[in-house]
Amino acid sequence: MHRRLASMRKSLLDQGFLDEQFIQLEELQDDSNPNFVEEIAASYYRDSARQMLNIDQALDKFPLDFTKLDNLMHQFKGSSSSIGAKKVKNESTQFQEYCRAGNAEGCRRTYRQLKKEYATLKKKLEAYFQLARQAGPLETASRPK
Amino acid sequence: MNLGVKSGSMPSSSSHGSTQQFPAGLRVLVVDDDPTCLMILEKMLRTCHYEATKCNRAEIALSLLRENRNGFDIVLSDVHMPDMDGFKLLEYIGLEMDLPVIMMSADDSKNVVMKGVTHGACDYLIKPVRLEALKNIWQHVVRKRKHVWKDIEQSGSVEDGKLQQQLPDDADYLSSANEGSWRNSKRKKDEEEDAEDRDDDTSSLKKPRVVWSVELHQQFVAAANQLGIDKAVPKKILELMNVPGLTRENVASHLQKYRLYLRRLSGQHQNALNGSFMGNPEATYGSISSFNDLELQAYAASGQLPAQNLAALQAAAFGRSSTKSVVSPLDQRNLFSFETPKLRFGEGQQQHMSNSKQVNFLHGIPTNMEPKQLANFHQAANSFGINMQVGSHGSQGNSLMMQMAQPQSRSQIQNDINGSYVSRLPSSIGQPVVSNGTSRVLTRPVYNQVSQTSPVAGFSAQHTTDLSRNSFPLRGNSGISSLASKVIPREETSMQIKGPQGGSNYDVFTAQQQQQQHKSQDWNLQNSGLAFDTSQQANMRGNLDVSQSTLVQQTFLSRDAIEQSRNSSVLPSVLLQQGFSSSGHSSSSSFGKGIFSGVEEIGHRNVPNIGQQLNAYFTDTSPRVKAEMLEGSFYNNILPDQYDQEDLMSALLKHQQEGIVTVENDFDFDGYPLDNLPV
Repeated sequence: MHRRLASMRKSLLDQGFLDEQFIQLEELQDDSNPNFVEEIAASYYRDSARQMLNIDQALDKFPLDFTKLDNLMHQFKGSSSSIGAKKVKNESTQFQEYCRAGNAEGCRRTYRQLKKEYATLKKKLEAYFQLARQAGPLETASRPK
Repeated sequence: MNLGVKSGSMPSSSSHGSTQQFPAGLRVLVVDDDPTCLMILEKMLRTCHYEATKCNRAEIALSLLRENRNGFDIVLSDVHMPDMDGFKLLEYIGLEMDLPVIMMSADDSKNVVMKGVTHGACDYLIKPVRLEALKNIWQHVVRKRKHVWKDIEQSGSVEDGKLQQQLPDDADYLSSANEGSWRNSKRKKDEEEDAEDRDDDTSSLKKPRVVWSVELHQQFVAAANQLGIDKAVPKKILELMNVPGLTRENVASHLQKYRLYLRRLSGQHQNALNGSFMGNPEATYGSISSFNDLELQAYAASGQLPAQNLAALQAAAFGRSSTKSVVSPLDQRNLFSFETPKLRFGEGQQQHMSNSKQVNFLHGIPTNMEPKQLANFHQAANSFGINMQVGSHGSQGNSLMMQMAQPQSRSQIQNDINGSYVSRLPSSIGQPVVSNGTSRVLTRPVYNQVSQTSPVAGFSAQHTTDLSRNSFPLRGNSGISSLASKVIPREETSMQIKGPQGGSNYDVFTAQQQQQQHKSQDWNLQNSGLAFDTSQQANMRGNLDVSQSTLVQQTFLSRDAIEQSRNSSVLPSVLLQQGFSSSGHSSSSSFGKGIFSGVEEIGHRNVPNIGQQLNAYFTDTSPRVKAEMLEGSFYNNILPDQYDQEDLMSALLKHQQEGIVTVENDFDFDGYPLDNLPV
């Protein structure tokens, strides 16, 4: 179980779904907060869902307000990076670049991609946490560096 | 409100830290609208053994900081927040509390980072923030403290005494561990002692930050005004101020904040001074005193003080309305228009974070009291501490005033503002304190009357008295500025004689003073002269300038001073006004130093000439100033008795004794009324 967890974690990292930040979060986890990372992830999904709704709305407007979109995405990017969602963060950066270039099509395309990555990560994290809960807190915290 | 979780916000809340080794227990306030980030940061900070307080809104963070002046050591803030721009928050914190602030953002573009730097952020972290980055944030706390300490130490304990109020803040900052006790120990007049204590406690990490006491700030403003706000460069300002122990960096960072402050004020022009003027009751602003002048005027304007008084003050003080100083937006508002001053001041204040409150504070009082009273009031304000706090609490303004009034009334009664002065200033000088610079004029008259400078002294540095003093007769440029100007650029020293300018003041004073004690007056004048001079010179060339700048300075200073000086009661500031009311604040100590220098100079220079003018001038301020300025020489006579802040004053006096002996001789300060002050 522990080994499975470790290997799952490694795979997520290797595939670029998660980055070092996620590892930092896991290191913060301790006995006083045994499910810290999971709580953070839950909080992230809550907030980011709301943020994405705002972005959806902004994308529906015409003409597009690139400044506003850029700001919204900035917030979203901040959240994503804080949890270590690497691919999602990269898409966010790309999105912002299109915003600054005033490229509406580029924005929408990137956003679609972003949503996909977001959903994928969410699923993977859910599986991960489930395993982590089964494995027990010790395992999660003591991840080999 | 303690949003934060823990926050001890209490000044000595660091109780928790006390058991731990610095930097453990560092009290961090983290502000971020993103709840996920907030959670992570809090957890990381806890892991570093810091005391973290979360806050998701800038407004809440500000009120937390204001309510717990010494409650936090450092602030971490996100740049992009919905309710307030992170940089704006940074500005506010820097001005009001002078805490190190670290900005964070996922945005790493150079211009944003540059913005952070220019707004005075200690550091800029790119999100996602790593634990390692947070581990080292304590260095910023130490660094800031070090600057403060340096100044304090150099200024030599005078400030310490005054700082008392301020120190606690520092102490807190330094190490949550030592906090509480730290500050107390600081209070003792000796910086060295405190420093030692601190060192012991915090392993010398806790160096106090430079506290920009009202006086110091006034000095700064005077210098800046003299140079021309646009052309004011830290190096020159530093030279002008001539405050031992003050570094160019201190001045630079303060200048930056000041500029922001001015910008803010000009934007706010007329915000309702009245209510909010009073600013925070938290009186920790020792600087209130310094602020007083400016604020007073402003406040007076705001209606708190009888318009007439204010007008009188202003007229007297400013005569020139030359607010040329940087303060101009402020000055203009405050200083001259004596109606407006209040507004201005109020506005500035209010906006500024309810600094205006402080001003109001004075206003209220002056009306009742003569300028002297005002001065006293200021001093009293010091005692109130809270009242004076110029800044940030708008609501407090009223209360502050009341408070101030109270002390003042006391002092007044004691001081007995002999009215003679009052006659001088058209309106109750009481305002002088408030008036930006003009207060000097006012204060003076009062002062004279008051029994020997005591008004000022009596109040213990409450600047208020000083302010009032300023308003008076000083008219001569110097008059006004000197009193109010806390620190009037030292270069002025010669201010004393500003004679022609001050002369007018002097007249007023003389008349009044004669009764009181010439000596003291002379000295006062000198002191005030110094104070004023510096300010005057810098600012007012005409007198008004000074006042204005003073006022502005005060306002500004008050805010800062208040923040810093929280510890020290207004006293120091009052002194500044007069001559250097040694604001109790810690900043005052540094400031006091400045003052001293100023005083000293004055003493030297003009003593003979100024004597007259100064007398008049000083009389009011002298008590105060003396304390501060005199490096102790004459102050001893004056202050201790009257001021509430005896500690501060005595501290000052002691210092002064050494320093300004020269002045004494000339002025014969011994007789300085301070002792006599009715207090």
